[in-house]
Amino acid sequence: MTPPVTTLAPEEAVQKLKYYQKGTFTVGNRLVAEEQRTVQASQARSNALTCGHRACQGCGEALGARYAIDAAMRATNNNLIAVNATGCLEVFTTPYPESSWQLPWLHSLFGNAAAVATGVAAAMRVKKRPEVRVIAQGGDGGTTDIGFQCLSGMFERNDDVLYICYDNEGYMNTGVQRSSATPPTARTATTPVLGPEPGNVFGTGKSVPKIAVAHNIPYVATATVADLHDLERKVIKAMSIHGARYIQINVPCPLGWGSASHDTIRLARLAVECGLYPIFEAEHGKVTQVRKIRRKVPVQDYLKLQRRFAHLFKGGHEDPRIARLQAICDANIAEYGLVDVTGRDG
Amino acid sequence: MLKQVEGSHAMAEAIALCRPEVICAYPITPQTHIVEGLGELVKEGALVDCEFINVESEFAALSVAIGASAAGARAYTATASQGLLFMAEAVYNASGLGLPIVMTLGNRAIGAPINIWNDHSDAMSMRDAGWLQLFAETNQEAVDLHIQAFKLAEELSMPVMVCVDGFILTHAVERIDIPTQQQVDAYLPPYDPVQVLDPAEPASIGAMVGPEAFTEVRFLAHYKQTLALKLIPEFSAEFAKGFGRETGGLLRSYRAEDADMLVVAMGSVCGTIKDTIDEMRDDGIRIGLVVIVSFRPFPVEALRNALAGAKDVVVVEKSIAVGMGGQLANNVDASLRNLPRPPRLHSSVAGLGGRPITRTSLHHLFRQASVQPWEGTNFLDLNERVVGREIHRTRKTRRSGPTAENILRQLAKSVPPAAE
Amino acid sequence: MEHPFAITLDAGTSLINHTGSWRTLRPEYVHRLPPCNHACPAGEDIQGWLAYAESGDYEAAWRALTENNPLPAVMGRVCYHPCETACNRAVLDSSVGINSVERFLGDLAIKNGWRFAAPPAATGKKVLVVGAGPSGLSAAYHLARLGHGVTIQEAGPAPGGMMRFGIPKYRLPRDVLDAEVRRIEELGVVFNYNAKVANIAEAMAAGGFDAAFLAVGAHIAKRAYIPAGEAAKVLDAVAVLRSMEGEDKPLLGRKVVIYGGGNTALDVARTAKRLGAEEAVIVYRRTRDRMPAHDFEVEEAIEEGVMMKWLSTIRNVEAGSITVEKMALDDKGFPQPTGEFETLQADSVVLALGQDVDLSLLQGVPGLEVRDGVVQVGPNMMTGVAGIFAGGDMVPSERTVTVAVGHGKKAARHIDAWLRGGTYAPAPKHEIAAADKLNTWYYGEAPKTLRPILETARRTSTFEEVVQGLDEGNALYEARRCLSCGNCFECDNCYGVCPDNAVIKLGPGMGFEFNLDYCKGCGICAQECPCGAIQMIPEAI
Repeated sequence: MTPPVTTLAPEEAVQKLKYYQKGTFTVGNRLVAEEQRTVQASQARSNALTCGHRACQGCGEALGARYAIDAAMRATNNNLIAVNATGCLEVFTTPYPESSWQLPWLHSLFGNAAAVATGVAAAMRVKKRPEVRVIAQGGDGGTTDIGFQCLSGMFERNDDVLYICYDNEGYMNTGVQRSSATPPTARTATTPVLGPEPGNVFGTGKSVPKIAVAHNIPYVATATVADLHDLERKVIKAMSIHGARYIQINVPCPLGWGSASHDTIRLARLAVECGLYPIFEAEHGKVTQVRKIRRKVPVQDYLKLQRRFAHLFKGGHEDPRIARLQAICDANIAEYGLVDVTGRDG
Repeated sequence: MLKQVEGSHAMAEAIALCRPEVICAYPITPQTHIVEGLGELVKEGALVDCEFINVESEFAALSVAIGASAAGARAYTATASQGLLFMAEAVYNASGLGLPIVMTLGNRAIGAPINIWNDHSDAMSMRDAGWLQLFAETNQEAVDLHIQAFKLAEELSMPVMVCVDGFILTHAVERIDIPTQQQVDAYLPPYDPVQVLDPAEPASIGAMVGPEAFTEVRFLAHYKQTLALKLIPEFSAEFAKGFGRETGGLLRSYRAEDADMLVVAMGSVCGTIKDTIDEMRDDGIRIGLVVIVSFRPFPVEALRNALAGAKDVVVVEKSIAVGMGGQLANNVDASLRNLPRPPRLHSSVAGLGGRPITRTSLHHLFRQASVQPWEGTNFLDLNERVVGREIHRTRKTRRSGPTAENILRQLAKSVPPAAE
Repeated sequence: MEHPFAITLDAGTSLINHTGSWRTLRPEYVHRLPPCNHACPAGEDIQGWLAYAESGDYEAAWRALTENNPLPAVMGRVCYHPCETACNRAVLDSSVGINSVERFLGDLAIKNGWRFAAPPAATGKKVLVVGAGPSGLSAAYHLARLGHGVTIQEAGPAPGGMMRFGIPKYRLPRDVLDAEVRRIEELGVVFNYNAKVANIAEAMAAGGFDAAFLAVGAHIAKRAYIPAGEAAKVLDAVAVLRSMEGEDKPLLGRKVVIYGGGNTALDVARTAKRLGAEEAVIVYRRTRDRMPAHDFEVEEAIEEGVMMKWLSTIRNVEAGSITVEKMALDDKGFPQPTGEFETLQADSVVLALGQDVDLSLLQGVPGLEVRDGVVQVGPNMMTGVAGIFAGGDMVPSERTVTVAVGHGKKAARHIDAWLRGGTYAPAPKHEIAAADKLNTWYYGEAPKTLRPILETARRTSTFEEVVQGLDEGNALYEARRCLSCGNCFECDNCYGVCPDNAVIKLGPGMGFEFNLDYCKGCGICAQECPCGAIQMIPEAI
């Protein structure tokens, strides 16, 4: 290896001190200032979702929920109430007689979390407790399907609620059925790998983040458990805003996706880096920021770690559906400008 | 203060006097005027410290109320018919969580066929949902029951449904005594929840409960309703003291002292029944009435005592459990059970989908009960010719089309039954 | 708070549910050997001292560094840094500039006058070190720090060995060397110059030494037979470079030919340019890619105007000219004569063909084994004679300053153990933290900082140092590029990524612990550990 030999002008030789060599993407770092570390790095984090919960090994939703709620707890100085839709998160945290939550928490039904949260927020307003803030949370089924009407109502009324959808792309609690957030070709119990179009069919499903943007609410963001800094920044930003807000967090599900429990964050990362899961934020109906792809990967890298896509890799030949999924990634990359054309990732 | 006012508006005024803090509004006939009235009061500033929320469905209406109530606010909503069914899941949830929400039910039939007029099918659909259900006979009682409902709900930490007959009460303009704010404030203390969502004392409300404790949870809900059997008369008596009129309670009797025949009914039809009884009494027939106010909890013991001396009991109700008969009759039957010499029970389903219940028909019904009692369920004023033809036709033709539309077609062709 | 039965639960009550019982794999914090440490011939704990430098605690970094190597300012200039070749950061962007940070620390220590801690109580044992080159200095330093009395006998007039008499000043300024030697002297090491040991056994007996470490280096230039006319000026590289330290600079003429392809050849050629030669031509029988010299030195030499004559052997030297024969590489890559000749102008020819060891001091010592011109030693650096150890260029090994320093340290530890009647057993080495053990996602983009290079005009006319040092800002930046391969650097990832909160953060400097009551064994912590410091092991069920 030839070390490059360059003549540097003295002023160039003195590089600006940057603290990103370590710690940019890690949870914390002993070398960076406290405020540059994540909430999760703190020994004083609230652990709003604490030990002893019954989520599966490597559960992305358990992780995403603690990330989000801890950040919101810090942002509100622990003046936070959470409303939870029925689903995995509810079931694994509150089976009688044990609760894993360490904040006031209310579960009503599968499809009404947004409306219940509206009621809690209204109560706080009428009780003159403006410091107490409200989060509604649920899975993608409880959000994009059965809870969609209440969600839209909460949005259009601009109720003072942050709704967080933990998107694991299916009804996992009931045994992995298809939701309107399930990606094309994915195998679920209701989209089996059978017939001429195995798995979930192309051309179905919906983007609730985009629909949320169309409501012109103050804040919409997508996030991922693979980027904690970005996730926490978005939650904290959302808590600084009043009115209806929506954050959708991609949370891989080892059980439903057929992935190794240790690959949860890795998969979330690959979902972003291949372009399948665009990470962006929007304010008042306009996309304002996009998280660029850092190390672009082909969609195969993401797919092949998951048994729900295993049928795409059988039979020796390249399944044409992979190209169709890649086309979705490419379209996302083009639509959101996920790859910097001038940057090294281009 | 006495006012000539529409029932819905009177109820809105009474509800406002109860200082609700969160009101969830969604339109459905015939309840709509109540929330409209409340909306006006909030908008004009007459009702302060109150969040009036226009929701997108009845399911959301009760859900918002659930959230508000769990967070310590006095929450109110109103619905009817299809709306109640659309919120059914939340109805059970509110009682399961023990949230003292008060909801007005503008009683209306349930489709299909779609029908906006009064009967009690909607209330009956939720009779086992764990709510207290109080039926108003008059608009004055509707006003008074709402005030008592908040007190009951909050004392028991259970939701209460105040059932008022659609149109007959909701849309009737009559003279109603609207209490003063001082009277209501003296009667109804501020809401002091048994538990509340509070960051200072975090708790998890709405746990998943398995076989190991579910029976106990349900027993405790049932137990609360038995407590209500004592509280309802107490609160009614207390109300009488403060407001100067006797309304509410579990049930009340009319000219029942020496009656051989007792009619049992709920809601506004009791007025017509009383008129009929007066007429029959004039004819020397010993007949009386027991008005059920509290359908849930069902006052089994009080009713048994009220009916024990009669030879015949006629239940007139505006609902049908299809395939079984009248729900009220079945419940009355339970209270007659185990009496040493129980009266004969006659069940009549009347006034479905808003059909008028006339004194003429009632005279006929009560006479028939004593001289020519029927088996099973009587359908008051049933057009037997129409149903006979339809039964015949559907037996003949496989693709006979929808029954409701066929009947309408037949009725258009034939003369009204009364003129026959 | 009293709650309604069953429907409402107290906060945080799931702690009674010990989900650790679900586990089939258990995470374990491990230490893996960083490839830089593994590659360092001087046995430095590079990652260890970089960690201090990363926090800006340069004195602690220097002290950690000098635990293993007393010559960081020298090393930061002359080491060929195999650590950087091994560095895992190369897979990400480019290796960490370890050598430049080392030099920064060494220079800072000189500037700030940092001194070594005083040695512990004297053991009463005396050790003779023969030769004040890098190996001897290193051994003397370590032995002194272990409490032994050390005397260095040096044949030359000044300390440093090849560092002084072989490496040109533009690569290693002498004040730097002197400063680092002085610090060793301050530990109480006795230096005797112009004190060549003629016979080791006699010297030990005369001085009452309990042990000896021989590190005389390799100073005798290898000769090759080249027909030469009487007036031809043929010199050897060792002599030329040594004479640079004296009063009289070598007279090489305007056109100088250097014969050989090693680093010494380059040193001579670049020295010749600085002495005013118009032409300095390196004649080498093979091609550039086969040259033993380090590529960056070749590059620097070419920049300075040194010319290269590849695939050529010198056949004849006359006054003012030489005859070279062109060579061609055969199938096996060996150069073969072609019969094609060429004449080059040359005022002098310097032979840089390698060096031999002067083994005269070992004559008459029974039990010493000499093979291929070097002394054979055991794994403990001891020769066949009990109590006589040897290292550096005089034993079989690669001949670099860094290797020599490593020999000195290693020998010192064994000598110490031997003096105490025991044996030294180094701690077992951990598994190497290879690149595939890392999760490099978590490291930010940070290209290497290049050290400023002296302008070419000044390089060819003066002996000023060619490669300049880093300043504090970019030294810190560079230190922080370290990935901390194989060892926890408290990035908090495991603490953050556990879905079960089963990692306990113990606080700054104290690391983490797994809470096995709740750990379900998902393995995310191990997967997302940037530096490969967690492994999953099967749970005994």
